[in-house]
Amino acid sequence: MVSRVFQNTLARKLIFFAALIAVWQTLAWSGWWAEYIFPSPLGVAQTLARGFQNGTFVVGIATSMQRLLIGFGISAIIGILSGLAIGRSKVLDETIGSLVLGLQTLPSICWLPLALLWFGLSETAMLFVVVMGALLAITTATEAGVKNTPPLYLRAARNLGARGWKLYALVIFPAALPEIITGMKLGWSFAWRSLMAAELLYVSLGLGHLLMMGRELNDMSQVVAVMLVIIAIGLVVDRVIFAPIETRVRERWGLI
Amino acid sequence: MKLEIRGVTKTFQSKNGALTALDAIDLDVQPGEFVCLLGPSGCGKSTLLNIIAGLDAPTRGQVRVEGKIVTRPGPDRVMIFQSAALFPWLSVFDNVKFGLNMIGVPKPARQVIARKYLQMVHLADFERASVHELSGGMKQRVAIARALAADPDVLLMDEPFGALDAQTRDLLHDELQTIWTETRKTIVFVTHNVREAVVLGDRVVVFSARPGRIKKIFTIDLPRPRQIESYAVVDLAREIMAELKEDVLASVHDPQVSWLQGMEAQRVGDDVL
Ligand SMILES: Nc1ncnc2c1ncn2[C@@H]1O[C@H](COP(=O)(O)OP(=O)(O)O)[C@@H](O)[C@H]1O
Ligand SMILES: [Mg+2]
Repeated sequence: MVSRVFQNTLARKLIFFAALIAVWQTLAWSGWWAEYIFPSPLGVAQTLARGFQNGTFVVGIATSMQRLLIGFGISAIIGILSGLAIGRSKVLDETIGSLVLGLQTLPSICWLPLALLWFGLSETAMLFVVVMGALLAITTATEAGVKNTPPLYLRAARNLGARGWKLYALVIFPAALPEIITGMKLGWSFAWRSLMAAELLYVSLGLGHLLMMGRELNDMSQVVAVMLVIIAIGLVVDRVIFAPIETRVRERWGLI
Repeated sequence: MKLEIRGVTKTFQSKNGALTALDAIDLDVQPGEFVCLLGPSGCGKSTLLNIIAGLDAPTRGQVRVEGKIVTRPGPDRVMIFQSAALFPWLSVFDNVKFGLNMIGVPKPARQVIARKYLQMVHLADFERASVHELSGGMKQRVAIARALAADPDVLLMDEPFGALDAQTRDLLHDELQTIWTETRKTIVFVTHNVREAVVLGDRVVVFSARPGRIKKIFTIDLPRPRQIESYAVVDLAREIMAELKEDVLASVHDPQVSWLQGMEAQRVGDDVL
């Protein structure tokens, strides 16, 4: 009976996490550490509920998501267009392409000092960091997708009279789409990480700011609660948005 | 539309030096004629088709369509590939409309034309399907509809049924003969299957192993529609096989032909011997 339950992946996961929370709660009850250093799961749950009720978490999530969506949108547009151009032009590839590759090794939060000097402690500085986080990954992936366009598609398209922008828009871009989506998924996670890092550093109203507030108020349960929210958002975006799109596109394009 | 191939030679530069794929090919194809190009793997059949399509340039010689020298792809010559080469991001219907969009046919007309040709290949019910849901034979049918929709004068078919099972292939042989009778397109059909060539072709052009040269041209006078297992087809195929046999063996033993192609030639050999 027990072994049957363990064969079920979902059941295994549920049991593991239930056990984890139970151990956590027991440790918290044992009283070895003060509540402000080692919050209990119940305390964290209460903080979560309170945060959503009084709206601070909602504002935090909304603020961070807005930055992320705007920054990510800008990166996606610029990244896809420049990737399409670099992928088809040898000159651009050797110049801008190698620049992009070089810059990509830089963790995007490293752009923050430069952004602060240019834009001050502003919303623009924050956006800049988000854009730099996603842009290079999307550019590189699009470029790779374009270079890997199956020659057969190009031949079939040219054969049916496709040329110029129609060849780009109707063949090269869709052919590269699976790789572009993978790049966007990667870019999203870079942008998300660098945004959180940036928000920790100055008053910003976002989730990162709530995290720092928890620290300043010595409210460890708030810190953990916000961390859980950040994890949840990351998981939801990855599993609920990107993964299904990625799978469907790959399946349809005959790649799996 | 008359197709004239004049002294077409194609040399590829590779690491091991120059490789002559085609050597001075001369061939005329009459308007509405169905010509099959038959030869062992690697003898340059695809290369010749690419040159006719304008996807590749000859090293020497030229291809003329209605007297005009081919320099690039044009809607008057459409190619059908062995792997169908449909666009997976488009529905079946949109695939068939693709060429019409490229040559600037207005939208309402595209619908009508695409429907007509999907009907012709018996896929009217699959308009909304996506490519990955189709079987190999259905994909080839869509590719044929897509090519016909562009209303080319010449259809270039590069082993279009080579990857299909025998039943599907026989069915498509029937359908292609019907379509050809209805539309009177000029068809240049590449195959390494002798019987297929005899079933389909008005003429069968036999190529020698690399470098590809025209070895002999057979005129096939059998009445249509032809069946692949009919005695007349089998007899004629045997005669042509005898012609091909020595070249297949030559290509198997040609060290410049890659190992894989050697294997392919061996498989053709099975077909042939
Ligand atoms: N782009 C290319 N570069 C170098 N060699 C090529 C190229 N395309 C074809 N070839 C060579 O030319 C010969 C003829 O090829 P192909 O036309 O594909 O033969 P077939 O279609 O009759 O099997 C082969 O030996 C092949 O390796
Ligand atoms: Mg070939």
